[in-house]
Amino acid sequence: MAVKFEKVGDHDFLLDVTGYVCPHPQMYTKKAMGKLASGDVLTLLFDNPSSGESIVAMCESEGNELIEKTNEDGASKWLIRKA
Amino acid sequence: MANDAKAATAGAVGSAVADRAWYGHKGNLYAMIIVALVALGSVWALALDSRWIYLLVYVWFGLGYGIFLQYGRFCMASAVRDLFAVGVPRMAVGMLIAVMLFSLTAAAVQVLGVNTFHPHPMGWHILIGALIFGFGIVFTGGCASGSLYKTGEGNLGSLLVVISISFSQAIYVAQSGWLDKLVPAAWTSSAAEKMMPEELSVTEGWFDQFVAGYVWDLQGGQLAGQLGIDGMFTGPFIANALLGAIIPSLLLMLYLYHSAFKKGYLRRAKIDAPRLGDHLRGIWAMVTSSRNTAIAGLCLGLLAGGHMWATGELREKYEIFNFGELLAEMEYTDGLSMQDTVFDPGYWYITTQEAQWGAWAMDKVGIEMTDNIFFGLENGIPNPIINAPGWMSIGIIFGAAIIALSRREFKWKVPSLETAMFAIIGGALMGLGARIAMGCNIGAFFATVTNGDLSGWVFLAGMAAGGWLGVKAFNMWMEWRAGDDDLAL
Repeated sequence: MAVKFEKVGDHDFLLDVTGYVCPHPQMYTKKAMGKLASGDVLTLLFDNPSSGESIVAMCESEGNELIEKTNEDGASKWLIRKA
Repeated sequence: MANDAKAATAGAVGSAVADRAWYGHKGNLYAMIIVALVALGSVWALALDSRWIYLLVYVWFGLGYGIFLQYGRFCMASAVRDLFAVGVPRMAVGMLIAVMLFSLTAAAVQVLGVNTFHPHPMGWHILIGALIFGFGIVFTGGCASGSLYKTGEGNLGSLLVVISISFSQAIYVAQSGWLDKLVPAAWTSSAAEKMMPEELSVTEGWFDQFVAGYVWDLQGGQLAGQLGIDGMFTGPFIANALLGAIIPSLLLMLYLYHSAFKKGYLRRAKIDAPRLGDHLRGIWAMVTSSRNTAIAGLCLGLLAGGHMWATGELREKYEIFNFGELLAEMEYTDGLSMQDTVFDPGYWYITTQEAQWGAWAMDKVGIEMTDNIFFGLENGIPNPIINAPGWMSIGIIFGAAIIALSRREFKWKVPSLETAMFAIIGGALMGLGARIAMGCNIGAFFATVTNGDLSGWVFLAGMAAGGWLGVKAFNMWMEWRAGDDDLAL
């Protein structure tokens, strides 16, 4: 189990921090968003609910758009578009 | 945006479960089973002896704390860490809301005359201990109470943190040998002057000499006494709550708005030349930006006050100062201290009971754990089955599990080698910090600042400084892990 960050399309990236607890998911998300260009979309996979609260606040604060947010049985898949 | 996202969440979750009755979902069923087991256990205990009500108050308030901690993702580690690491003030704001409300409920309990709070001695040890504690919480991913609620979410890494805190504290407290060489001679001579019972051997072991030779020589108190405001209402409400907790919390919230929220808020609201009204709306938006955390803060404040009141009333009813006296009356004398006491704060506390668990297990394998002040004279090492504050901690795990199960957020998570290593090392640092500071983010911060004891703000300053250093260290770790790969994080 390791953090996975990869480019999966022209403007699409995947960050998988499944299995990681605070502060990994939010800190890796911040770092990943820093590598994206405006308009790029990050698919974020994580399973630590409390990180989600911080990631929502990060998106609001930085103006990034949370375009899809699904949670099922503790596993979350979120799509974030960089402003 | 956030609302759309919430709708998407509700849609995704809803679609999966809408066609099932509430009891048809396993999570709800397991949650109900936990509630039923705790209720049955409580009835059984009361049938054995009605005096177990004293312990059950801890269990049920623990359950309540766990429910709201998980509901609001209420973790004080994230209050300092996320502020420095990702610029998010959400949890810091929630924590300050809880502080303000608990200060009012604590003042009300003090007016009723059943406040169980004891001030902490003020000294450098708080700043140093809190700094170590604050550094540790960045790596464990949770504070002392946060690790318990995350354990209730099925996170076995957090359980590892709890175990590490338990044993590390017990080891530090009972440690003697090479660490004694670091003890200042003044502490040794001051400890010797206290004329403690010989079996405690207070001039051996760094923790005993630290407590008897340093901490006991310090002064502490509540603001009402220190300012000479001794009116029945003005002391608790004006001095302790308003001056000691509410005004400092409001000032910190203003600082958080200015440093971490204002810029993003004004951009989102498209305000170029903000006026006072815009800033006030901005501060309100900061408070309400995470509704669940704010609600949890309010409810935790109410619960903590209610807990103090309930325990205080029971102490009056049974005419005791400490649960140890009740245990002795019930003929459970194993594990009591030499004064027939056990750890029994009467309010929300985390680390000391965890130290007792560690010490109890070490005692069972034949290690001498009672020749020290912490366990031998003050807190005892009762069997975990009759450790009332210990049950509060277990209650937090159960309470968090109940709500995590019902919100479909429960998931068994086995830590990777990296998170397990962070849990053990970070937990050991939290244990060391908590013992040096004489408490954790709950006992040494939350319960103190809300009762007019300013030592808690010193703890927060130390914890914040430690958190800042921890974030720096964590970033270095991430950079090192990433190496030279351009896409790597």
